[in-house]
Amino acid sequence: MIGLTSAFGAAGVPFAATPFIASWNPSAKAKAVGAPVKVDVTKIDPGQQIQIGWRKQPVFVIRHSQEAIKNIESSLSKLADPNSEAIEEPYRNMNPTRSKSPEYTVLVGVCTHLGCSPKFFPEVEPKSWDASWTGGYFCPCHGSMFDLVGRVFKGVPAPTNLKVPPHNFKGNILTIGEDEEMS
Amino acid sequence: MSDNISKVFNWVNHRLPIQNTYERHLSKHPVPKKVNFWYLFGALAAVVLIIQIVSGIWLIMLYTPGEQAFASIEYMMRDVDYGWAIRYMHTTGASMFFAVVYLHMFRGLLYGSYQKPKELVWIFGCTIYLAMMAEGFLGYVLPYGQMSYWGAQVIISLFGALPYIGESLELWIRGDYYISGITVNRFFALHVVALPLVLIALVFLHLIALHEVGAGNPEGVDIEAHTDEDGVPLDSVPFFPYKVLNALVGIGVFMTVFAIIMFFFPEGGGYFIEYANYEEANPLVTPDHIAPVWYYSPYYSILRAVPDKLGGFAAMGAAVAIFFVVPWLDRSKVASIRYKGILSKIALVLFGISFLTLGYLGTVSVTEHRKTMGVICTFIYFSYFLLMPIYTSIEKTKPVPDRL
Repeated sequence: MIGLTSAFGAAGVPFAATPFIASWNPSAKAKAVGAPVKVDVTKIDPGQQIQIGWRKQPVFVIRHSQEAIKNIESSLSKLADPNSEAIEEPYRNMNPTRSKSPEYTVLVGVCTHLGCSPKFFPEVEPKSWDASWTGGYFCPCHGSMFDLVGRVFKGVPAPTNLKVPPHNFKGNILTIGEDEEMS
Repeated sequence: MSDNISKVFNWVNHRLPIQNTYERHLSKHPVPKKVNFWYLFGALAAVVLIIQIVSGIWLIMLYTPGEQAFASIEYMMRDVDYGWAIRYMHTTGASMFFAVVYLHMFRGLLYGSYQKPKELVWIFGCTIYLAMMAEGFLGYVLPYGQMSYWGAQVIISLFGALPYIGESLELWIRGDYYISGITVNRFFALHVVALPLVLIALVFLHLIALHEVGAGNPEGVDIEAHTDEDGVPLDSVPFFPYKVLNALVGIGVFMTVFAIIMFFFPEGGGYFIEYANYEEANPLVTPDHIAPVWYYSPYYSILRAVPDKLGGFAAMGAAVAIFFVVPWLDRSKVASIRYKGILSKIALVLFGISFLTLGYLGTVSVTEHRKTMGVICTFIYFSYFLLMPIYTSIEKTKPVPDRL
């Protein structure tokens, strides 16, 4: 009798807990926000990046200079995962830029370590965090380093390369958050 | 007249143990007759707790959670009479709470306040510290400034380091794809209701356990060994008035320091309130330099010292968790540092230096040189605890006197 009563009571615990746990999930309203964004990429100067908000997350769009594209593989020995094998890479082996364009790179600007937004340092010059810096991203929070196409360096806290969001180029217009060819 | 009063008192007293409790825990509670200033910080922590509860209740009257959070902070600072005073009281209280608790904990390490039979007092204390860290973090998010946002981003992302469930756990904690008004609302509920209840319950347990085993002293003498015919330790004085009046002097000094900070240096040079937090949260721009408030910075440095996401999280957790097992790491026959050997003294000094250095490193940006320092200090920090069973058992201790 005691066992049965206890079992009955214990069975009620997950039911009672459900509303308390489930109400912490993103609400329908929160889920509804987050439509794709469009941007005209020809306005970016070569060697520069712009930052766009998508789902309230920063997205980096970099237009590489010819020189930078040539040097993309020069820092290969520093990289932890040059072919992005540890993550789901949407456009693997398409371009060295990791995007659908040979000239632009599109990255979710959220450090894969603890979610800060890494800073863009395109110049090739010694930095306080790396004496042989060849341009890329440096995270001010915990010192993670990424190259110009968002690939993570060895020996830094960030575990994986920066994510590439689904995107699509149509003429001058880049759409972030949507890619008809994928879905 | 007085006869009637005592009648009422007796009536209540037969139904509620007022007199017993008062005598047991206050008027007749025996405390060691000789202690030093290190024994003051427990009382000061209780004072700050009361300041935080009272100023916190008033802050709730002025603050609006959700999307209007930042605007409501500006409102209370500019438009409410003495709103700034209420807010600065609470922010100063937060830093002072950690300051006195850190000193209180150091006292514990200094004089072995965790040794048998005080293990539970110590463990309740460590749990209070843990709850305080959570409480402080939640409170720091509420103004929804830049540091609130990015600090929370970092801390919530820590849960993302957990294998398999990490990412969905992050989403569940935030309740949104970024730290939004929804997140602020739930943090508000936890900060003002859930955790204060836990904290008060833990403080109660900490004190009840302490009164059961009795307070320690800088000599590490067991005063219970010599008692009079009533069982009262010979080397003790009653809590009231001796301890109370003594503490009041310390409280007076402390309140003066508190007021000076609150009125003249509420930001504490950017350590108590970070300047970036006077800017509203912007999910698209990380401030150039992210640093936690000073009381978390040692652990932040430990996190940064490990070049691995899960490893950093684990090291940080272990750095806090290891305090809980100190009663079983210390194998020394004596409690107080005064009678411990040279190894314990060196270890404690190195630990103190590494803790302060880690604290400093956590507030500044990373360079290669500082990273190396962080790794060395993290190593010393853990060595203090992990080597404790060895150095406390091989060193030569001095004999402890019989009486205080």
